[in-house]
Amino acid sequence: MSGRASTERLSRLLAEVPYLLTHQGIPLTEAAEHFGLSTDDLVHDLELLFVCGTPGHLPDDLIDAQWDSGYVYLSNADAIARPSRLAVDEAVALLVGLRTLAEVPGLHDREALDGALAKLSQAAGEASAAADSVAVDVRVAGSVLGAAASEDALAAARTALREHRRLHLTYLVPSRDERTERDVDPMRLLSVDGRWYLEAWCHRSEGTRLFRVDRIEAATVLEVDGTPPPQAERRDVDSDLFRPSPDDLVVTIDLAPQAAWVVDYYPVESVEPAPEDAWEEAQLRVRLRTADTRWVHRLLLRLGAGARVVDPGWLGVDVREAALAALAAYDGGPAGAGA
Amino acid sequence: MSGSSAGGVGRGAGQRGAAKASAAAAGGRRTERLLNLVIALSATRRWLTKQQIREAVPQYADCATTQAFERMFERDKEDLRELGVPLVMGGEDPLFDDEAGYKIDRDAYALPEITFTPGELAVLSLASRVWQQASLAGPATRALVKLRSLGVEPDESSLVGLEPRVRTSEPAFDPLYAATRDRTPVTFEYRRSGGEPGTRHVEPWAIVSWHGRWYLVGHDRDRADVRVFRLSRVSSAVRRDGRPGSYSVPEGVDAREVVAGSVRAPVSRPARLRVRSGTGLALRRRATGVRPGHGPDASHDEVLLDVADVETSADELAGYGADVVVLDPPELRAAVLRRLRGAAGLSEQVAR
Repeated sequence: MSGRASTERLSRLLAEVPYLLTHQGIPLTEAAEHFGLSTDDLVHDLELLFVCGTPGHLPDDLIDAQWDSGYVYLSNADAIARPSRLAVDEAVALLVGLRTLAEVPGLHDREALDGALAKLSQAAGEASAAADSVAVDVRVAGSVLGAAASEDALAAARTALREHRRLHLTYLVPSRDERTERDVDPMRLLSVDGRWYLEAWCHRSEGTRLFRVDRIEAATVLEVDGTPPPQAERRDVDSDLFRPSPDDLVVTIDLAPQAAWVVDYYPVESVEPAPEDAWEEAQLRVRLRTADTRWVHRLLLRLGAGARVVDPGWLGVDVREAALAALAAYDGGPAGAGA
Repeated sequence: MSGSSAGGVGRGAGQRGAAKASAAAAGGRRTERLLNLVIALSATRRWLTKQQIREAVPQYADCATTQAFERMFERDKEDLRELGVPLVMGGEDPLFDDEAGYKIDRDAYALPEITFTPGELAVLSLASRVWQQASLAGPATRALVKLRSLGVEPDESSLVGLEPRVRTSEPAFDPLYAATRDRTPVTFEYRRSGGEPGTRHVEPWAIVSWHGRWYLVGHDRDRADVRVFRLSRVSSAVRRDGRPGSYSVPEGVDAREVVAGSVRAPVSRPARLRVRSGTGLALRRRATGVRPGHGPDASHDEVLLDVADVETSADELAGYGADVVVLDPPELRAAVLRRLRGAAGLSEQVAR
C-alpha cells in the first residue's frame, strides 16, 4: 500500500471510530453507506481497528469491535474517540469549495451555504486563514450572449433538474451561426474551467449532448416529466468532455508566433516546431481534430496572417475565398470603399 | 460474537490472529503502525521518548536498526502532520534534550464541537467535489470524511445535478499553492506572451482561477511591484527561494480584482455593424439596438453593439466573414480588415 493510500485510510479510520462509538449497534450496511464504502471495505477497517490499541497490546489494550451479527459495536477506543481537527489543506479545500459554490448563480440553499461557511471557518481556526491563498471564480462570464441571459438559463436548468422536468432550449451554435430548437431531459450542470455546461438527453438528436449554458438563448421548463431514458449515459468529464471522435477530420495548421496562443486555448492533438520547409513565419505546426470544420474556418479568419492551412488543401482555399468575399463586402457596402 | 466467524468471545487470541492476518492481507500494515502510533501518543500523559515509542508500537519491530527506525518515525511524523494530527515535542525537563519526547495534544487534536444541519452537510459535500479531479482532491475527501464522523446525514435534494469543478492541470499549481499557503518566496522561469522566458522572483499572495485559467498574484521582487502570472506560462520547475513565513501579504488585497484588472479590458464603446439578415445571431442577441435595412439594402440590418477590447472583438467579428461588416469605429474596422487580408493571403503592403 502506498504512503498516500495508507494515510488516506488512517484518516478514514480516525473518522469511523467516533461515528461508530456514538452509533452503537448500527447495521453494518448503513455504516458502510454513511462513509461511501462497500461493506467489505468497512469490515477490513474493523479488522484493522480490532488489532490496534494502546501500548502493551494485550487483549484489554486493544480496540474491541464486533460486527458478525450484521450490527456494529465498538469500544475501548477512548484515545481516538473524538473526530480529528481539519488539517490546513483540508480546511482550504472545503472553504475554497464553499466560496466557489457561493458564486453559483441560482443556488437556492443560501442559508445552508452561509451556515456551513461560518461553522467551518470557526472549526478550522487558524487553518481558515490559509484559504485566502486560493480563489476560484465561476461567475458567468465570457458569454457570447451576455451574463443575464446565462443566469436565466442556469436557473431554468436548475429548476428542471430539481423537479425532473423536461426543458425546451433555444440554442445557438455560433460556429454555424445557427439557432436550434430542441427538447432535452437534463442530467447535470457542470462547471469546468470557468464555463457552465448542461448535460442532457437531447430528443432531437436522440443522444446525450453537452450544451454550453452561455449559448442557451432561452430555456423553458415544460410540464412534462424530464427523466432521461435509461440509455442516457454521463460522460467522464475529465477524459471525455472534449474528446474528439476518431471519425473527425484532421486539420494541420502552421502558426506564426502571434498566433501561438491557439495551443493554450484549443484542444490541439499535437504541437511541434514548424518544419524547415514550412511557410517562413511559421513557428508551430499543430494538428486539430474536428467534426465540424466551420469553427476552424472561423478561427482561421480571425487569425488572419497568423496562420496557414497545411492540410487539407481545400480548407485553405475555402478560407481564402471567404476572406476575399468579406473584403468585397467591405468595399461594396454603404460605408463606401476602403477602410 | 466479534472479529471472526468462528464464534466465541471477542478477545480470543485465535480471532485476533485471524483478524491480524486479514488486516495485513488488506495491505494495512503501514496504516496499522500509524494508528497504533496515534493511539499511543494520544493515550499517554507523559512525554514518550523515541525509544519508548519504538517499544510501544509493535510494527516498529520491523526495523532492524535504530537508524531505520528513526527514518521511519520521521516519515510517520510528517504523515501525521499532513493529516492535521498535532504532534508536539517537549519534555519534563527542558534542559535535557535527551529527555525530549512526543505526545499528541488531545484538545488540539479534536475537532471543536460543531453541529451541521443536513442541508449544510450537503453543501459541504458538494464543496469537496469541486476538487474531484484537481490537486486538492485528497484533502477535500479526507475533510469530508472527518465531518461525516459527526453523524449527520446530508440532505442533497436541493443540489441535485449540480457539479462545479475546477481543474489544475498546470504542473506549477502544486508547488505554487504550497508556497502561497506557507508564505514562501519562489523563483521560476516565465514565458511572456510573444517574449523570451525570464527568471522571476516572487512572493506569492494568492492563486486565482479566473475564467477557467489559473493565475498567481504576488509581489515581484525584481520589479518591486504587484504582478499577475499565468500558471500555464511558468516554463520551469518552481523552486523555493526563502524561508516559510518570510513575508506577509498586505491587508485588504482582493486577488481576484487584481487578476480581473490585469485581464479585463477597461472601457466599452459603441460599434456599428452591417449584418446580413438571419446571420450574426449571437451578435444580435447582445445588441443594444437593431435597425432593419431599407430599399436596396433590405437584406441587411444595422446592429449596434458595445465592444470592450478592439482586438478581441475583431477576432470574433472577422469569424463571420462576409456576413458582418464593421462600419464604426474605424479602429475596429481596420482591425477586422487586417485579419481578413491576412486570411486572404494579401500582405499589408498591398492593403487597400
